[in-house]
Amino acid sequence: MCGIAGLIHRGKSSNVGSELQGMLQALKHRGEDSTGYALYGDTDGKNFIMRFKVGENVGEGSSSVMEDVSVYDERKKIVDQTLVEIGAKIIKEERTLPYSLRYELEYDAKDLLNFSQTIEAIPGVEILSMGKSLEVIKDLGNAKAVCDRYSLDKLVGTHAIGHARMATESGVDIKSAHPFWGYPFSDVSVVHNGQLTNYWNNRRVLENKGMRFMSECDSELIAVYIAQKMREGATLEEGMKDSLLGLDGVFTYFVATKDSLGMAKDTMAAKPLVLYESDDLVAMGSEEIAIRSVLPQEIDTYDPFDGEVKVWQI
Amino acid sequence: MANLKTVSKKSKAQSMGMHTEILTGRTQQKFFNPDEAENFYYFGTYDVDFNKRTELDVMDMTAPEANKEIDNLMSQGYGTIVIKNPQGKHSLGVGILNKLNLIFEGSLGYFGMGSCDGPIVRINGRVGWSCAENLMAGKVVIEKNAGSCFGAAIRGGDLICKGSVGARTGIDMKGGTIIIGGDAGAFTGFMMQRGRIIILGDVGINLGDSMYDGTIFVGGEIGSYGSDAVDAELTKSDQDWLKRKLKVAEIGENFEVSKMKKIVAGKKLWNYDNLEPTEKKGAI
Repeated sequence: MCGIAGLIHRGKSSNVGSELQGMLQALKHRGEDSTGYALYGDTDGKNFIMRFKVGENVGEGSSSVMEDVSVYDERKKIVDQTLVEIGAKIIKEERTLPYSLRYELEYDAKDLLNFSQTIEAIPGVEILSMGKSLEVIKDLGNAKAVCDRYSLDKLVGTHAIGHARMATESGVDIKSAHPFWGYPFSDVSVVHNGQLTNYWNNRRVLENKGMRFMSECDSELIAVYIAQKMREGATLEEGMKDSLLGLDGVFTYFVATKDSLGMAKDTMAAKPLVLYESDDLVAMGSEEIAIRSVLPQEIDTYDPFDGEVKVWQI
Repeated sequence: MANLKTVSKKSKAQSMGMHTEILTGRTQQKFFNPDEAENFYYFGTYDVDFNKRTELDVMDMTAPEANKEIDNLMSQGYGTIVIKNPQGKHSLGVGILNKLNLIFEGSLGYFGMGSCDGPIVRINGRVGWSCAENLMAGKVVIEKNAGSCFGAAIRGGDLICKGSVGARTGIDMKGGTIIIGGDAGAFTGFMMQRGRIIILGDVGINLGDSMYDGTIFVGGEIGSYGSDAVDAELTKSDQDWLKRKLKVAEIGENFEVSKMKKIVAGKKLWNYDNLEPTEKKGAI
């Protein structure tokens, strides 16, 4: 089933970490195998924030294995050394969990593709997100458990999207959890509810164009698909509209960039989405109770129609 | 056993010993005998007084707790119940087989008012997916918008949404009337088997896809017709019925019904037309 939620404040910042936690926790009955957050925090925009993992948290059906912390330490050392070699300077580092790290990097990036390929060439290392505002945090458990584990409730920013996952297409682990980073684009993230039926066909085409897939989760295709369209010169909205034709299956998904948030619904409208829109806030989720967690008063909400694409700016 | 190659289609099943009665196409219809009081009484229903009114705040209740409390209030004779703070909770008001005047001061989540038979309901907010699924009788009015699968498989009653609705409105409906004041999404009337849908606004793609029977009236633009859905002539009788229905529903009373389009099933289904003569397929 899975549940997705997102919100964007227009013209102001808010405690989006706490707000998204409330929205996703309200959807936990839709799946609590894993929960993920893509938070767009207030930053000075100078440095990159890289969220990455050097190991897995393994649940049911995962093809990964739990490893010793010493293995993670060794991988971290290689990452640090590689960053120096490619000219990235670590300004600040945090290691929330043995396998999960957050670096602030001073790096003059013209091409995140080369950067990402170099870092992810280290076995067991995956970049969860890279951007000047975006931070993707995902792990096993429900929204509150993940929020508490990573202390996300105090994060202030403009917008956020998140996902409560019931694993169906692949195992329970972090690599299959949403949101997915729109590799190799800075500050692009995707969450998805549904199933894509032409995943392998699209994946083969995109891999031949140099795009990377870290999991076998069909939702990852959306992030890569949109990223490839943007790489070819499309705007976010154009890429999303194109996806309605290029992706087969049933889906509702959100895409966020540094300054915008978008939603798309498949042409059969087979997956739910409830939307609230005002001048200063847009909130949306798989169920109205998600929106109610941030707007308990009586409000007007609606279901977007089939084949609808919408994009909002901060 | 008879020679199955030579017997007529009508008697083949009987010849095979599958059943003994002669099927006429009305085997599901039950005729009520006024002398049999039990035919007019549901087990577990209550005598309620519409003038006896109370309020119920469900803010801190789960849906099962709220539904049990509604049942408890009906058992005490309350005929008008106002629900405060529904907060988009799922499955509120389900399974009410009773006459009751029920008012929700707010919005409902999924499956609100499902499997009901008899209540008069007003929802002063919106509803999520599958509102009033399997409604048998009564009236449900939604003041704002509704999600997908609105009125799925209803068999009777009136279901009215004053705003817009999502996809698959009236999917599998078997009777009753659905009225939409705004627009409706894709696959409206999908596999509809009987009853009527009225949409005053626009409707999405694949309208009436695979419909067996029933009638759809559309006031706005149609995205596309589904398989088996065809236009039919809008008769004077249709227009009179539409005017009356919209007036009773307190929605679109002044709507120009003569400009509405009428859509019916264009597919001939054997042994089906006998069931409801009023819904003959005029287009074929």
